[in-house]
Amino acid sequence: MTKFVGRRLVYLLPVLLAVTLLTFLVASLLPGDLATTILGDQATPEKVAALRAQMGLDLPIWQRYGIWLWDVLHGDLGRSFRTGETVWAAVTARLPVSLELMVSGVVLALVIAIPLAILCAVKSGTALDRFFTGLAFGKLSLPNYMVAILLIYLFAVELNWLPATGWVPFHEDPLANLKSFILPAVTIAFAEWPVLMRVLRSDMIATLQEDYIAMAKAKGLRPARILLVHALKPSSLTLVTVAGINIGRLIGGALIVETIFALPGIGRLLVGAIYARDFIILQGVVLFVAIGFVMVNFIVDMLYAVLDPRIRHGRA
Amino acid sequence: MSAPLLSVEGITVDLPTPRGPLRAVDGVDLTLAPGSTLGIVGESGCGKTMLSRAVLQLLPKRAKLGGRILFAGRDLVTLPAEELRRLRGPELAVVFQDPMTSLNPVLTIGTQIVETLQAHLGMDTAAATRRGVELLAAVGIPAPEQRLRQYPHQLSGGMRQRVAIAIALSCEPKLLIADEPTTALDVTVQAQILDLLAREQQRRHMALILITHDLGVVAGRTDEVAVMYAGRVVERAPTPRLFTRMRMPYTEALLAAIPKLDSPPHTPLPAIAGRPPDQTRPLKGCSFEPRCRYADERCRAAKPPLADPERLGGLFACWHPL
Amino acid sequence: MAVLELEGDVATAAPVGRQRRVGVLFIGSVAWIAVIGLAAIFAGWLPIQSPTDMDLLAKRAPLFSPGHILGTDHLGRDELSRLIYGGRVSLLVGLLAPVIGVIIGGCLGMVAGYFRGRLETFAVGGVDVLLAFPPLVFVLAVTAFMGQSVANITIVIGVLGIPAFTRVARAVTLTLSEREFVTAARALGATHSRILIRELLPNVALPLLAFFLLAVAVTIVVEGALSFLGLGVPPPTASWGSMIGEGRENLDIAPWLAFLPAGFMFLTVLAFNVIGDTLRALTDPRPGAL
Repeated sequence: MTKFVGRRLVYLLPVLLAVTLLTFLVASLLPGDLATTILGDQATPEKVAALRAQMGLDLPIWQRYGIWLWDVLHGDLGRSFRTGETVWAAVTARLPVSLELMVSGVVLALVIAIPLAILCAVKSGTALDRFFTGLAFGKLSLPNYMVAILLIYLFAVELNWLPATGWVPFHEDPLANLKSFILPAVTIAFAEWPVLMRVLRSDMIATLQEDYIAMAKAKGLRPARILLVHALKPSSLTLVTVAGINIGRLIGGALIVETIFALPGIGRLLVGAIYARDFIILQGVVLFVAIGFVMVNFIVDMLYAVLDPRIRHGRA
Repeated sequence: MSAPLLSVEGITVDLPTPRGPLRAVDGVDLTLAPGSTLGIVGESGCGKTMLSRAVLQLLPKRAKLGGRILFAGRDLVTLPAEELRRLRGPELAVVFQDPMTSLNPVLTIGTQIVETLQAHLGMDTAAATRRGVELLAAVGIPAPEQRLRQYPHQLSGGMRQRVAIAIALSCEPKLLIADEPTTALDVTVQAQILDLLAREQQRRHMALILITHDLGVVAGRTDEVAVMYAGRVVERAPTPRLFTRMRMPYTEALLAAIPKLDSPPHTPLPAIAGRPPDQTRPLKGCSFEPRCRYADERCRAAKPPLADPERLGGLFACWHPL
Repeated sequence: MAVLELEGDVATAAPVGRQRRVGVLFIGSVAWIAVIGLAAIFAGWLPIQSPTDMDLLAKRAPLFSPGHILGTDHLGRDELSRLIYGGRVSLLVGLLAPVIGVIIGGCLGMVAGYFRGRLETFAVGGVDVLLAFPPLVFVLAVTAFMGQSVANITIVIGVLGIPAFTRVARAVTLTLSEREFVTAARALGATHSRILIRELLPNVALPLLAFFLLAVAVTIVVEGALSFLGLGVPPPTASWGSMIGEGRENLDIAPWLAFLPAGFMFLTVLAFNVIGDTLRALTDPRPGAL
């Protein structure tokens, strides 16, 4: 197991380095000069040049990358020239919102997807299976901004059960906080479940053909144990991969969902930084999100090993 | 003779194929007394595995089953699912061909033994674990406590099949069906596994159905042998009688195909010419007729019934017995 | 049968009845795209009003109003006309952006899958790194800094599609390169470029086309998201995404202003998905994949 973790860690390093390089390059190559943006269009060329020198913008690009990377390695992702807030403070302030949204959304999606996938796999080929696979296929064509609007129309405008937008901190009013998360979380869950269900269903159908399932039946185990222990565990590798990729994506906050429901998460931070042309925040947050994505993938790899002992023992 | 433990009456199994239904098992009758052993022998595709799956009620969902399977007085075909589940394990158990695929790769050996004991005998985990260690020791697995924590891929093929046998024996079944239990194993461990099965069968006074394509395997290890061809039983007799006085040309051909240790080197093995018939297009006459060197017009015109015209205790289906 | 019915059955998972149903869906999808496509191409000649003329006396006119069969939006612009002109933007971006991906990604993937070695490691590693970045942020940032125009949006979305096309092309090429006809061509002394173009390309083309259609569906959704956030084609040009965004503000008084463009976009995306999925199933070598 330690050998397995070690091998994956060795692969992780170059990927992380490439991620920092690409983040830096894209941020540097975007048109617009940081010094001009800070000082405004009216600033004299001398003032701009002075600021450029002070910020090290006149150095060659590889040198600037080196300095930036050095700072990043020391935990300094920079600070916004507009608000003076550090990237680190901006991210940590908004991360809880995105995490709450991500966890509630993905858990809800799994709660819908796993039972449906098992049901459809067991009843594969029946009208029931065709109905749910058809529904999942149709849902793939319904982007989450449409789902959000449908949900707002139904539950906020027509029924008036839940707030359409807005967010209340958990420590102020836990109930209002949960209420403000219901519609966004349902939107995320709606976007995720069809994909999760489709992959688990097809893996499960393949697993149910295996000899060891016939053996489990011949042992007289209860159907629930056969499905949940003998069939689900070996069928869940693709599910874990896809769920992992989607969780990794959602670390960056659900950009659209957070915008529609006015949740102050990472996604809104990014959109705000883009609108305000705040390079430093944008660069820092994108790096944070990309590293988070890589780390989630690393954890998914570790999960494989937990789920499948053959991978753990280096036989796969 | 005591009341039979298993009595199979007129079993048919049809599998849908793109070319029409395939009759994999075509009207098989068998009886098995408690504690006795039956060998079922035939080439691959003769229906022996489908027959065993029918008895176990583990046929593919799309297969159509006809006939009756009476086990200890109950008809397995119409038995409710929950009652069938209670039967599997304590009364009816199976060992599959390939232990690599019949053991769950993501669960430990211990889990796979313990869960069976808990499902039927109501043991707690500690008691079931102790019993699991005893069972593994009984089937000849060294260091059983350590094996319980291991996964199937960490064991050799022979060890895996011993584990599968330990699981099958765990609830003291009255009937064990072993479906080609040694085909996937190295030649050197095949005899060990067969001897283990025979020993446990005697010790537990358990009925055993041994399915194989190798007549050599059933010789000396079974009370009775049924030879199958194209979905039907074509000869059935007490084992010593079958080997000394076989009547069916197909049995003779099967026996001739076994390599003999005492033949001179480079003796060509007499393979059976031709291929088994297409079972989506049944023949009017004897199924073995196209490959049989004794065949004549009568064989082409009508199927010979499985009968004992000479009243000598062996059944065969042939117009021209040897 | 009294068995626990746990078997999932691949063979019975695609009975004949389902194939016929897919056929009807397929024809419906092609028909819908044909109608939307023709309307978008010939929008200028159709007897509809201008998509930007405001009729301030008839703001948010309901459906089936005289002169405005699908009503008007919050500025009194004709909804039907905006839907048709909006389809122009969606289809234009949706069809053009994946062309970038299919050409660059397809070439990269084929070369990586055919030559293997260090080139392949590099391509696969690059794809892994690219996938770590949130794509929507990338698109937003680039359009925000480079300017909101159809060309910029198309290029950015197109570039982001390259990794996915690379993966598909590489996977297909990898399996094909092992096949006899490639070995035979090599044995006959064919050059690498001849094998790639004459032997491999015709076989990679169909799976890539299927993936292209699925990419069109994704692109329409992404373009819609951009416009929805106000970073797509600039107003007053109509686009389905921006119409949904504007309609969202009027959900309480005129919900159809959001649901009409949403419905058009959903049907179009669904149609591309159905056609792409049918093609993919046809080219998928696994049995029973349809």
